[in-house]
Amino acid sequence: MEKKLSEIISELKEKFPQIKTSEETISVSTEDLLGLMQELKNSFGFNYLTNLTAADYPADAKGKGDGDEAEDDGEMEIVYNLTSVYEKLYLTVKARVSRKNPEIPSVFPVWGGANWQEREVYDLFGIVFTGHPNLKRILLTDNFEGYPLRKDYQWVGGRK
Amino acid sequence: MEVTNDKGMPMPSELKRLVHFASLEKVLNMARAHSIWPLGFGLACCAIEALMGTNGPRYDLSRFGYEVMRPTPRQADVMVVAGTITTKSAPFVLRLWEQMAEPKWCIAVGSCAISGGPFVDSYFVVPGARQIIPVDVYVPGCPPRPDAIIDGFLKLRAKILDPKVVEL
Repeated sequence: MEKKLSEIISELKEKFPQIKTSEETISVSTEDLLGLMQELKNSFGFNYLTNLTAADYPADAKGKGDGDEAEDDGEMEIVYNLTSVYEKLYLTVKARVSRKNPEIPSVFPVWGGANWQEREVYDLFGIVFTGHPNLKRILLTDNFEGYPLRKDYQWVGGRK
Repeated sequence: MEVTNDKGMPMPSELKRLVHFASLEKVLNMARAHSIWPLGFGLACCAIEALMGTNGPRYDLSRFGYEVMRPTPRQADVMVVAGTITTKSAPFVLRLWEQMAEPKWCIAVGSCAISGGPFVDSYFVVPGARQIIPVDVYVPGCPPRPDAIIDGFLKLRAKILDPKVVEL
């Protein structure tokens, strides 16, 4: 199965016509995500989820999106870094969710290692992973309010 | 000059160097100060300096009799808090401190344990060990060198031997 990444991406483009691709990156909708990930693992040998993280893109640059008035509150992007250990290939998959209703299917059924990484993203960004077996905070305490890595997170305290 | 004891009785001069009279508290303090058993509470990078580097062959805290650095409150006299105390780990610091037997002291190692350090404005960092427990010696640095830790231990030794040295 000696395939270059460009070949893999063009094959995926045939199977999933909606995805946007660049040299090493695939942007996918939340509906297509799980099917694409299963395809990547089972057919293309991306057997290792190196990293799962997220980034916040609020509507206005200062991150003070007014939730009531603003129709578009901005988006959050979940980033999956995949590795094919045998083929020595690296691939980035990105999926965007709205900040108002951040829900995305969990990839825990595909890679078990996503368990804690998705908990961390939920902890710090508040993105809900549907189908996750144990979605609760992992770094912060359970009674912590807010999601610190969001750009509009405000916190007063610290030094006395 | 004739050597006498505190009652004014003459005594052999060899005994003058061997026999001392002191209050029991002073004798106990001498024992405490020269056999500190620290509870090493390593929370972050400072633990490498304070607990490992200082105990290693180059700086060798064992020279001072402070050999038994165990991660347990059993028999411990001094809690060495080395590292960033987060809101989540604060209850455990307090619990182990309460489990230690009196008399007990505390050394705060590094900027984080002193005041929160570079993370003082973070949303999940306790600004200093003294928010939770009483601290006797602060060892500044980020991280402090092992010889600074040893100096902190010696400062604590002076305090245990004579508590008056810290009075204003």
